[in-house]
Amino acid sequence: MEMEAAKLIGAGLAAIGAGLAAIGVGNVFGSFLESALRNPGAADGQQGRLFIGFAAAELLGLLAFLVAVILIFVA
Amino acid sequence: MQFDERRDLTVAGEAKVDPMHQFTIEPLFGSQDWQLAGYNIAFTNSALWMAIAAVALWVFVAGGMRRQLVPGRWQMAVETFTGFIDNLLAANIGPAGRKYVPYVFSLFMFILFANLLGLLPLPLAIVGVHAFTFTSHFTITGILAIMSFSIVLVVGFWKHGFHFFSLFVPHGTPVVMIPLIFLIELFSFLMRPFSLGLRLFVAMMAGHVLLEILASFIIDSSNAGLGWGLLISPPSFLLMVAICALEVLVAGIQAYVFALLTALYINDAEHLH
Repeated sequence: MEMEAAKLIGAGLAAIGAGLAAIGVGNVFGSFLESALRNPGAADGQQGRLFIGFAAAELLGLLAFLVAVILIFVA
Repeated sequence: MQFDERRDLTVAGEAKVDPMHQFTIEPLFGSQDWQLAGYNIAFTNSALWMAIAAVALWVFVAGGMRRQLVPGRWQMAVETFTGFIDNLLAANIGPAGRKYVPYVFSLFMFILFANLLGLLPLPLAIVGVHAFTFTSHFTITGILAIMSFSIVLVVGFWKHGFHFFSLFVPHGTPVVMIPLIFLIELFSFLMRPFSLGLRLFVAMMAGHVLLEILASFIIDSSNAGLGWGLLISPPSFLLMVAICALEVLVAGIQAYVFALLTALYINDAEHLH
């Protein structure tokens, strides 16, 4: 296989990771909303933890994006 | 819109619009030859926008420092932000967090202003003038992350001495597991500045690349013919507007996440576990 083609295929595969991180981020906010509707009184106190979970899930998607960028522009 | 005429071979094939061109750092005002101790210290567009962000931030805060008993609108706006950071630190660090309010407030507001200034649609007002998002460069976000990480290290070793290393061994770890847990915790601790800087830089870069790619859809489809242009341009444009709104949200969230994680890491240094 040509080197250039292999890089582009690799970058495309890395994009799957970004999609999976989208599931993760949706999961974080979805679970938060679900439990916040059950107990609205406790919701405000947990917003810090909500964003920590969001940051952790998001970072993995951003890493996948970074892999794609490195494959296309650097490698 | 910039057209890449060099047709760099490493960039994928036929694309005429280079989405990475917007991140180019250029010396301004003929300063490309400025030297200090053998290093180039040219005044770049990145430095210019950092200065603009700092001045805008200074004007914003100075306008709200009137200390009136009944605050006006401006003072109210500034106090909302200081109160927000104060609450963030009080909730995550406790009473010991008060002394970090100036640092975390400056950090949060600087990143927020940088992200929002970078989104300004300046070419609509002055043709050829583009806003530059300096938080989309790892050098800048990396330095901000190293600053936060240094504060954690200095505070941790100052307050606890070598007892700070107990941060890497959680309470109740079985003795057999201590070497392994220590290594894992140490590694995750050392990864913190990278993840902190990387998150902000990639999030800002990804959004701006996405906007540029959607814009290139409109240009390329219009070049392919009127029919293609009418078919592809309207949905691309609507998506661009929606992504712009999302980017404003992301600008706020990323600044908040940076401040929040800094507060959490400082909490580790203040209180260990």
